[in-house]
Amino acid sequence: MSLTYDDVVAKYEPVLGLEVHVELNTESKMFCGCATVFGAEPNTQTCPVCLALPGALPVVNEKAIESTIKIGLALNCSIAPFSRFARKNYFYPDMPKNFQISQYDEPICVDGYVDVEIETDEGPKKFRIEVERVHMEEDTGKSLHVGGATGRIHGAEYSLLDYNRAGIPLVEIVTKIVPGTGKYAPEVAKAYVAELRDILRSLGVSDVKMEQGSLRCDANVSLRLIGAETLGTRSETKNVNSLRSVERAVRGEMIRHAELLNAGGRVVQETRHFQEESGLTRSGRSKEQAEDYRYFPEPDLVPVEPDAAWIEKLRAGLPERPSIRRKRLQEAWAVPEKEMAAMINADVLDIVEETVLLGADPTKARSWWLGEISRIANDKDIAIADLAITPKDVAEIVALVNAGELTDKLARQVVEGVIAGEGKPSEVVAKRGIKVVNDDGALMAAIEKVCAEQAETAEKVRAGHIPAAGALIGAVMKETKGQADAARVRELLLGHLGQ
Amino acid sequence: MIRNSASQMAAKLASGETTSVALTQAHLDQIKAVDDKVHAFLFVDKKGALEQAAQVDAKRAKGEKLLPLAGVPLALKDVLAQKNKPTTCGSKILEGWLPPYDSTVVANLKKNDIIILGKTNMDEFAMGSSTENSAYGPTHNPWDLSRIPGGSGGGSSAALASFEAPLAIGTDTGGSIRQPAAVTGTVGVKPTYGGVSRYGLVAFSSSLDQAGPCARTVLDTALLHEAIAGYDPKDATSINAPIPQVVKAAKEANVKGMKIGVVKELNGDGYQPGVRARFEEALELLAKAGAEIVEVSAPNFEYALAAYYLIAPSEASSNLARFDAMRYGLRVGDIDGASAESVMNLTREVGFGKEVKRRIILGTYALSSGYYDAYYGSAQKVRTLITQDFTQAFTKADVLVSPTCPTTAFKIGEKANDPLAMYLNDIATIPVNMAGIGGMSLPAGLADEDGLPVGFQIMSPVMKDERMYSVGGALEAALLSKWGAPLLDRAPKLEASK
Repeated sequence: MSLTYDDVVAKYEPVLGLEVHVELNTESKMFCGCATVFGAEPNTQTCPVCLALPGALPVVNEKAIESTIKIGLALNCSIAPFSRFARKNYFYPDMPKNFQISQYDEPICVDGYVDVEIETDEGPKKFRIEVERVHMEEDTGKSLHVGGATGRIHGAEYSLLDYNRAGIPLVEIVTKIVPGTGKYAPEVAKAYVAELRDILRSLGVSDVKMEQGSLRCDANVSLRLIGAETLGTRSETKNVNSLRSVERAVRGEMIRHAELLNAGGRVVQETRHFQEESGLTRSGRSKEQAEDYRYFPEPDLVPVEPDAAWIEKLRAGLPERPSIRRKRLQEAWAVPEKEMAAMINADVLDIVEETVLLGADPTKARSWWLGEISRIANDKDIAIADLAITPKDVAEIVALVNAGELTDKLARQVVEGVIAGEGKPSEVVAKRGIKVVNDDGALMAAIEKVCAEQAETAEKVRAGHIPAAGALIGAVMKETKGQADAARVRELLLGHLGQ
Repeated sequence: MIRNSASQMAAKLASGETTSVALTQAHLDQIKAVDDKVHAFLFVDKKGALEQAAQVDAKRAKGEKLLPLAGVPLALKDVLAQKNKPTTCGSKILEGWLPPYDSTVVANLKKNDIIILGKTNMDEFAMGSSTENSAYGPTHNPWDLSRIPGGSGGGSSAALASFEAPLAIGTDTGGSIRQPAAVTGTVGVKPTYGGVSRYGLVAFSSSLDQAGPCARTVLDTALLHEAIAGYDPKDATSINAPIPQVVKAAKEANVKGMKIGVVKELNGDGYQPGVRARFEEALELLAKAGAEIVEVSAPNFEYALAAYYLIAPSEASSNLARFDAMRYGLRVGDIDGASAESVMNLTREVGFGKEVKRRIILGTYALSSGYYDAYYGSAQKVRTLITQDFTQAFTKADVLVSPTCPTTAFKIGEKANDPLAMYLNDIATIPVNMAGIGGMSLPAGLADEDGLPVGFQIMSPVMKDERMYSVGGALEAALLSKWGAPLLDRAPKLEASK
């Protein structure tokens, strides 16, 4: 008795709660000086502190505090003048101290919100997601359980532990409950995480790579009958590793809950794991008997009491909100929605903007970065940002084309040259001897030669059949090795043939 | 030579009358001669100490400018990490562990060219007042080998009292430096919390633990204090301020015009008559030296012991969670098919002693949801009240004084099965840790009824540690002129083993 999504939302109202963990991109860990490079050899980025050797003590990374305050400010939170770290006590082999240093009842940022906009049947609609708290904590190590059926510690033959991740600064962003999204709950959840990701990226505080785990989302979902006051029992879905998965996980859980409730059953409060392949979740550990973490203030650390002036300085330095910036650029550049989305997906918005600020025409700038340069990056399988071409280079190339010193075709050669490390555009032009033939005498000689060779075609043009000129122009361009300006060739050719 | 003070030894080293190698060897010989009776040491680093001594001698021969205690040997409590040397904390669970790093205290000792003779015995993870809780057997008090040398740092105090070392490092969570000093007739100081780095001090109770200097004279203690103190960026609770000028204070030993507050609540009932007699005499001497004696009251001190035994075990239950057999130390039950959980459980079952388990259970309970407010929460409130009592008292007096402990050294085994009686021994020392202030114990003489040493405690406000050295220095001088010789000269001579 499988329910359709429409059946579910006709009867129930979903209530969301989203917890997002963000790994900060600080150079060192939260409480020690160890490096945080992703993918390093296991256990090479460790020290007495993050291995919890007897006697070692944590010291707070100031940079992490700064990043967290920036996040709080960007999410419209109040910054607590006094906050503290606490110890969350539980035993697990990947947690060296057998407690996690986290913030508990005294988080650094509270009471914020994020506005998201989604397309609805009635057009674009805004939803406000209220943020309850933003707090700091440390990541655990990674365990790899070898053998056994489930890949979990129980039943494994042995387990391998990598403590490189232990102590990486994590920021947890927790929403208040989000009611009132109705059938758009999955889209709202996705839009929220996407907006959060964009904000964090604009702040430069995290790599926000969901696939690498630097941004992880836990989605809490519960259902209640439409009109009901009390909340239903929630499930908490972990392991949601992409924006699409956020949407799928929420939708999947809504349907699963509704099926249970319709059959007279009840939802179990538990952690569930999202399965990327099926889009379904499977049961994790039950939270019916809440674990007692015996939180208490971390005595090895002093309270965090950020200076008000410092907070204001950070506030003044906040970048423009990504959604606002997007709208502004889209209007200024007169870019269609689809193109805008393409730029965002390809992560070239910043580069294009920089190129435009250096004087390039927005359309040209966009088409270079999204077209030729993206293609080369794809071929080389590297990020655009890692190519040896800068917005300044592209702006220079666009200027050269505008000045008639390069044709589009020649400009592509210059781009290639710059990426190949041959130097700045002007140097590539000089080294490769690229130049537009704009000597009318030389062009006329080529035109006369081509007209003589293709006399029949030339006659057709002379007789007024203009489209036939294309073949002749092509031949002239070939004759001049592509270095001629096609528009000038066309002008001279038509003149030569009396048109 | 081994009966000299550290300052005298330092002077002889500086004048060339002796060498650090000779001095170190003399102490190693004494350890060899008497430590099978005293059992102050868990590890004697004969080779390391002599090598270090030779290096210091070489530096001196080259004419390098050396720090005041350069070349003088020291005994290190086994709770401080020393690179590549066994560090057990008196526990089986750390047997065989070699730290890959130096604690800041050890780094400072090395910087001062102080020779580390080895690691001294202690109650397991510093939990105890008698050193009977060491997994490696008890230490004996050199004044009477059938008695306890105090605890948790009984190894350090016994090493001083048996002339196995002129200097020692202790750590003090509720009295573990001062009470051993009191019952062995030596000097011990718990500096202001944050005055000496805790980095590399294996934590018992993070908010109370403090490493400090121990010696046989106030001046020696001051010299060692300055050698190990100072801000450390590796300890977030370390105080970023200049080190109090304790050596200057100890040398001047001037109490003229100082107000000395006698804490009403830390005297009277429950204090042995001989302890009270020596305490009163000391007050008279201080008054004669020019101090004004006033009485102060600290009404909340009566709750200090109860609050301490909630806070310290709570923090300990969390601090000791890391001993899980995963990365270092003992590992029990690691047979085919054993789960990580069962290895953790077995290791902790076998590796921890009774008192440690008692406190882990107590602390776990006190932090549990539903009990937190009543236990840990209330204890923290008491702590605030105690701090306020001190603040109030320090408006009336420059330092506060009391007997260090209610009794002299008790017999080994006497209180082993009565933890509450044992805990009561720290009743006068615990408030100091609760408030994070400084505390010193120095010998005030022998109790008439048993002929055993009595300790006199001086307490000073946060980062005003120099005040206790002024008072301690003055009292020590007055007592010495009264006695005509150091108190330890009256201790029975330990027969060297054949």
